[in-house]
Amino acid sequence: MNSIILRVATRYLAAILLIFSLYMLLRGHNEPGGGFIGGLIGATGFVLHAIACGTKEARAALRLQPQTIALSGLGLALLAGMVPALMGDAFLTGQWLFLGAAEGEKGLPISTVLFFDIGVYLVVLGAILTLVFAMEEEI
Amino acid sequence: MAKSSQVRGVAIDKNYRHCGALSIDLEGDGARYLFQNPEDTKIATPDPDRPATNGPAGWLPVLLALALCGWFATFIGPVSRGEVLRVSFDWAPSLGISLSFLVDGLSLTFLLLISGIGALVLLYSDSYLRGHHQYGRFALYLTSFMLAMLGLVSADNLIALFVFWELTTITSYLLIGFDADKEKTGAKARRSALQALLVTGAGALALLAGLILMGEVAGSYEISQINAQGDVVRNSVLYLPIVVLVLAGAFTKSAQVPFHFWLPNAMAAPTPVSAFLHSATMVKAGVYLMARLHPSLSGTDFWLWTLTVAGAVTAVFASLQALRQSDLKQVLAYTTLMALGTLTLFLANTSGYAITAFVTFLVVHSLYKAALFLVVGCIDTATGTRDAALLGGLARSMPVTMLAAAVAAMSMAGFPPFLGFIGKELKYAGALAVASEPVLVAGAVLLANALMLAAAGVVSFKPFWRPAGGALPRTPKEAPWPMLAGPVILASLGALFGINPDLLQSSVVAPTVAALLGTPAEAKELALWAGVNLPLVLSLATFALGLLLYAFHTRLRALLQRVLGALPDFDARWDDVLNGLKVLAGWQTRLLQTGRLRMYMAVILFTFAAVIAATLALKGAVVIAPDFSGLAPKHLTVIGLIVIGSAIVTLTDSRMASIAALGTVGIGVAMVFILYSAPDVAITQLLVETLVVVLVAVAMLRMPHLGAPGERDIRPRDALLALFVGGGVTLTLLAVLATPMDLRLTEFFEETSGPLAHGRNIVNVILVDFRAIDTFGEIAVVVIAALSGYALLRTGKEAGR
Repeated sequence: MNSIILRVATRYLAAILLIFSLYMLLRGHNEPGGGFIGGLIGATGFVLHAIACGTKEARAALRLQPQTIALSGLGLALLAGMVPALMGDAFLTGQWLFLGAAEGEKGLPISTVLFFDIGVYLVVLGAILTLVFAMEEEI
Repeated sequence: MAKSSQVRGVAIDKNYRHCGALSIDLEGDGARYLFQNPEDTKIATPDPDRPATNGPAGWLPVLLALALCGWFATFIGPVSRGEVLRVSFDWAPSLGISLSFLVDGLSLTFLLLISGIGALVLLYSDSYLRGHHQYGRFALYLTSFMLAMLGLVSADNLIALFVFWELTTITSYLLIGFDADKEKTGAKARRSALQALLVTGAGALALLAGLILMGEVAGSYEISQINAQGDVVRNSVLYLPIVVLVLAGAFTKSAQVPFHFWLPNAMAAPTPVSAFLHSATMVKAGVYLMARLHPSLSGTDFWLWTLTVAGAVTAVFASLQALRQSDLKQVLAYTTLMALGTLTLFLANTSGYAITAFVTFLVVHSLYKAALFLVVGCIDTATGTRDAALLGGLARSMPVTMLAAAVAAMSMAGFPPFLGFIGKELKYAGALAVASEPVLVAGAVLLANALMLAAAGVVSFKPFWRPAGGALPRTPKEAPWPMLAGPVILASLGALFGINPDLLQSSVVAPTVAALLGTPAEAKELALWAGVNLPLVLSLATFALGLLLYAFHTRLRALLQRVLGALPDFDARWDDVLNGLKVLAGWQTRLLQTGRLRMYMAVILFTFAAVIAATLALKGAVVIAPDFSGLAPKHLTVIGLIVIGSAIVTLTDSRMASIAALGTVGIGVAMVFILYSAPDVAITQLLVETLVVVLVAVAMLRMPHLGAPGERDIRPRDALLALFVGGGVTLTLLAVLATPMDLRLTEFFEETSGPLAHGRNIVNVILVDFRAIDTFGEIAVVVIAALSGYALLRTGKEAGR
């Protein structure tokens, strides 16, 4: 689609969408959001970029093949599940670490659940872009 | 370009017709790949002079079989004293299935026959296929078959028995098709292997159903327990279906008419396989099953007449066919059928004479038939032909083979003092004692025996003593000792047991009769001289008739070929059945797999709605009590948006407009979610809706305008379908709302998501923690779908441009 307005707007919109997708991913455990939604938003950003500037540029901006992203997401989710299994719990049991936790201070929670959610994010992002890019190149 | 457009057809539309060719491979070409050896397609013809050996694959299985045989021999003592050995392991206790084994007289008879003949056949094969490039594979198949067969005849659980039953089916498929990569006979071997597999496999399915019914009726899957309360099965309303299903399995396995056609074809296998599977063991599995379940199933008129008729028809039909053949192996194949028919005939009854005759003939037949098959293999190896019309004058060059053949054939023909004579006397005694039609049965047995005597002459007298019918392909010379051991030992056993029948009486016959009839006292005495009685007279009549038939067998063969040629050809009908299946498969593939997305959608949606409608109707769950009370203006606005969007989708001519309108419907639904405070679902719905519109819009750029000229208007049909689906879903929702909601799960997650999973957003906590394994499965599916879609699009792209 050859529209200078869309192209200029996309430059800002895509960036905002990507940042917003990370925000949605990270807040997901307590507020509406999460890996699925984050991944969808992130994908929207790149889809917009592809529509405005062509898939070639969008692929270049992504740097990695979308299939690779999807597969590494699946791998990350699997790893996040394997960690508790190696620690003697059931596969995919959440393991939590509170960094800097002190009396009255909860600290920064880091968990296998977070990595699992990041895996979901990458899978959704990669899978959608795999299909959209391939279909757009069909045209 | 023509080629590329055809390939593109797979990805998109139209040129999808060729998928009708995607029918199932019923010709057995698939089997070729199973058997194919990539580096060597040169075929090793059996040649005993070859220096190469088969290494451990040659002697190890023989040792195994011998060891097993020796082990089973130690059971003879306890079993002949009336003990029943039993051992059981839990397998699936919740289903009442255990891996239990039982050794009684019947099992032991089979165990000894299988392991003993197995050892001799394996020894024989080592020479017969010396240096064959796939001997290791052959030995593995044959040994696996033997072990499966041993399991089958000692299993005491219906399901375990069935598993071993199917293992024999599969291994025999591999063995029949062993020569699948031979150039000349490979196609026939593959066809025969597949035919045997399909016929016996179909029967086995029926058998499984029958066994399950039987287990449910009796309340136990342990055969010993079922047999202990046989009347429960006999008096059950399900008795008839049980018998029909079990007999379907037994008759296909034991090749009773009209399922007999696969057995002569199975002779495509190497000769030792024919000797082992198709005479001594596997085909007797059906007979074994009938004998094993005899205490529970026999004793009714239905059992009596079905087995009598099937057995008698098979016996006479097969004897006639046997004389018609000129290939020695085919002659033996049909006499095997005759034996199976006779065994079935005896199992119809419950009299002591019939069952004694059954056991004796079972042993007699296994001994002489395996010996004769092995002899035919020796003759084939030595001369290069199995044509009875050609062979002759081998007595001088192959004296040991000749002796073994003569002794085995005398037993087969039923001359004294061989075991066959005792067997024949008992057959007549048994036939005269049958409950159905003694004269008819005795007549059938007489005719079959006379024909068998003639066949014995064809197999073992003519090739050795009559002048050769023409030049032999090879100069005959005696076979090596491992190939002679089998025929000699088996034939001598026939003579030994004939002269001294007491050896067999206490160790085999009495315990087997006890296993079938409950008491060893029913067993009749085996004796060479039972006095002048009706069986003896019938025996003499058999000799006269049989010798007469042999004298005229060349002329008789021509006559039989004319007469039997007029009978329906079962083998050709088999091809018709397979072709019919292929036509059916092609038809339903073209019907269901049209390659048109519209058809797929219609079929899926219709099935969905039909299932819902049927469930609602059957459960009587239709509740029509819509409650519009709580609707505020905001609700009405959203509903209006959805309705208007839907209307535009159905009415517009532009694909783009309809996609956009569909988007509004989706957004309307997302707003419903927001109104009922489900933000996560609403956000997901919105984003998915956006992406779907983008994706579909991209795809739509390639599609023709809606309502393009020449296209039939199918909207009325689609409208009906839409109403059907919509109505079904609405009624379901109304039915769901009519029942009180169960909030236990919601409460559980609300209470525990914070303390246990450190999260306040229940939806996400469920996704990534409580039900994380579901999510993991879903993302795996997403990846697979994306990669498949990508591969499909790429294939189209590379071929197309």
